[in-house]
Amino acid sequence: MITELRDALGASHVRDDAATLLLHAHDSSVFEGGVSGPVCYPVDTAQVQAVVRIAAAHGRSIVPRGAGTGLAGGAIPLGAPIVVSTGRMTQILEVDEVNMVAWVEPGVINLDLTKHLRPMGFHYAPDPSSQQVCTIGGNVANNSGGPHCLAYGVTDAHVLAIEVVLSDGSIAVLGGLEDEPDGYDLRGAFVGSEGMLGIATRIAVRLTKNPPAVATLLLAYDAVADAANTVSAVIAAGVVPAAMEVMDQRITIAVENFVGAGYPRDAAAVLLVEVEGLSSGVAIDAAQIEAIGLANGATNVRTAATALERELLWKGRKTAFGAIAQLAPDYYLHDTVVPRAKLAEVLQQIYEIADRYDLTIMNVFHAGDGNLHPLIVFDGRDEGVLDRVHAAGAEIVAASLAAGGVLSGEHGVGVEKQPYMDQMFGPNDLKAQERLRKAFDPYCRQNPGKVIPSAHSCADIQALKAVPKGIWG
Amino acid sequence: MVRFTLATDDPVLHDFAALVGSEGAVAVAGSRTRWSVGGELASGTRTISAPVGIVQHQPEEMIVTVRAGTTVADLHDELAAAGQRTALPQRGGTVGGAVAVGENCLDRLGRGSVRDAVLQVRFVNAHGQLVTGGGPVVKNVTGFNVPKLITGSLGTLGCIAEVILRTNPTPPKSRWLKADGAEPKKVFAALLHPAAVLWDGTTTWVHLEGHEADVDAETAMLASLGDFATCDGPPDLPAHRWRLSPSQIFRQCVSAPFVASVGVGTTWASVAQPKRPLDRGASVVAKRMKDTFDQDHRFNPGRCLWT
Repeated sequence: MITELRDALGASHVRDDAATLLLHAHDSSVFEGGVSGPVCYPVDTAQVQAVVRIAAAHGRSIVPRGAGTGLAGGAIPLGAPIVVSTGRMTQILEVDEVNMVAWVEPGVINLDLTKHLRPMGFHYAPDPSSQQVCTIGGNVANNSGGPHCLAYGVTDAHVLAIEVVLSDGSIAVLGGLEDEPDGYDLRGAFVGSEGMLGIATRIAVRLTKNPPAVATLLLAYDAVADAANTVSAVIAAGVVPAAMEVMDQRITIAVENFVGAGYPRDAAAVLLVEVEGLSSGVAIDAAQIEAIGLANGATNVRTAATALERELLWKGRKTAFGAIAQLAPDYYLHDTVVPRAKLAEVLQQIYEIADRYDLTIMNVFHAGDGNLHPLIVFDGRDEGVLDRVHAAGAEIVAASLAAGGVLSGEHGVGVEKQPYMDQMFGPNDLKAQERLRKAFDPYCRQNPGKVIPSAHSCADIQALKAVPKGIWG
Repeated sequence: MVRFTLATDDPVLHDFAALVGSEGAVAVAGSRTRWSVGGELASGTRTISAPVGIVQHQPEEMIVTVRAGTTVADLHDELAAAGQRTALPQRGGTVGGAVAVGENCLDRLGRGSVRDAVLQVRFVNAHGQLVTGGGPVVKNVTGFNVPKLITGSLGTLGCIAEVILRTNPTPPKSRWLKADGAEPKKVFAALLHPAAVLWDGTTTWVHLEGHEADVDAETAMLASLGDFATCDGPPDLPAHRWRLSPSQIFRQCVSAPFVASVGVGTTWASVAQPKRPLDRGASVVAKRMKDTFDQDHRFNPGRCLWT
């Protein structure tokens, strides 16, 4: 098989040395790695097809991989699959201003695309915290979000069409540049499918016009609940900012030590709000948000006076996960969504859960969407700590579901949330998801063993068993 | 283990599931405002109605739970009382019909698309079982995106019983303007977030929404692009809807009288759009989708989304 792959891609673009396999056994999550088969670096659609056909002929499964920044274990290879890296498919193919789309290859880095578009008056709206390294293909696989998705929507609102290589090596073009493409919305089904329906090889993403006016507000509070309640009150008042992010004191101090973003160290929580649009409306919305903040207990409200100050405030938010490295060597970043009105209540429960398990927890999250990101920091070398981390995680998930929430807002299910899927969905619901998947990939060869619990997905077990003995990861 | 599944105990939905049953051809009829879309319903097909009622509107969560048989007009009346609206088209019909057909409203740029508005869907599958896809919050990537698949599937994969829709605040000011001879591409490029820009080859209509001061500012700016004057609303739309890309409307794809949505592509014309084949790979997946969701092709026989 290796020979066939090398014949198809060129010898240097198929790797099976120990270091490469080890590197590709993990993503950025805390989950135990899998076992990677050969790692392939195709350069175009035809080479992706060739790899997929070779895999099919040898009964091997396939795992596509972008930058490996996933936090739910979605890219962890189970059952020694061939890993298809999009690392050499990095071209921005076309910017089409009439159709308001850019055609890109899946390995294009999110921030590189926005940097390319900005001088033309556009940007790519979804902005995950990992946007400096994560890829558009990975964003499509995970239906990624980001702070500015509150007003603009997550990835699936920004992907119009996708060229996909299916698990039999055939090509399908899903969606189109029409507003309502013909047929079922297979594009919508594909976005967020965690690499389980096929491999995206070309993606048409929507261009968003750069707003002429932006206001960034930093509100400080003596209690996290006050910040959370401000968020609910802003939405209830009919204002939908571009972004509303909350950070608690622990993370704020860590960020200040790391990049000096200008956050107050003495506040129990800060709320970062951004409004965008035309100048008059931005001023009206900013004034209203300030008033709502003060009415909900804000002790201080500051508006970024310069572009530099604004950038620094965002730099603090976006480097939050890097900042915590000074506190402990490991972290587990959770991702659940609750109704906004329940934010304060669920946050309180999360702090109590962490106390009960003797863990350090901090919160930095997309409050505007109700998207919680409890962050547990720990030292993996401590005996038994990972068990406590996972036990606390299970309780956080249960508290979020009990509040009327869902398992994941943007990180996906992967292997992380798979054991919880039947806490949220009933057997018939999961069966419908499995049907959707099998319409794309009848033999479950694409990224098997993820998302749908194995009890509801017999074919996964077959796909995972069809590997040489002893190689199971 | 405590479970909090999305399963519903609403007896009205379970009654609907029993009505759909597990045998025989069946189609859900709403207000029949788009009854001809996708072809003629096979004769002998049992037609049923979906349950009616707004279950819960939560303005601070920007969501509404509504049964499929509710009219869009009734839904929007209720939401308007709280200063909100949805992406569903205003042209009439039921919520379930609008979701099943998946056509966006004229103000698509301002209100968003129907597909992005459906957060959760409950439908009855071919075995007469109630299925839930998606979830009751505005942001959710848990599991495969069943709501996207059902939206616009023309009732061929399941019978929609209830949906949770994203709601949005209604902007404080709305103004329609029109001008003859303005260059529609330039008008579209100059506006930040128009609700709609329409063009019939001669006249350009613009729908502005937002804070009054912003609407005034954009109105003033438009004066440099044409002789714009306020008007009552959009022009009368020809009967047939064409699915085009934004660039196709400038390539004289439509020879008959038309009104095109600039920046969106959707065009209304006096003649029907010629049928075109679906992408081959996508049609293979689509056929498998139909076969796996509805093995006996019970649902809406005669209607098809592709050629």
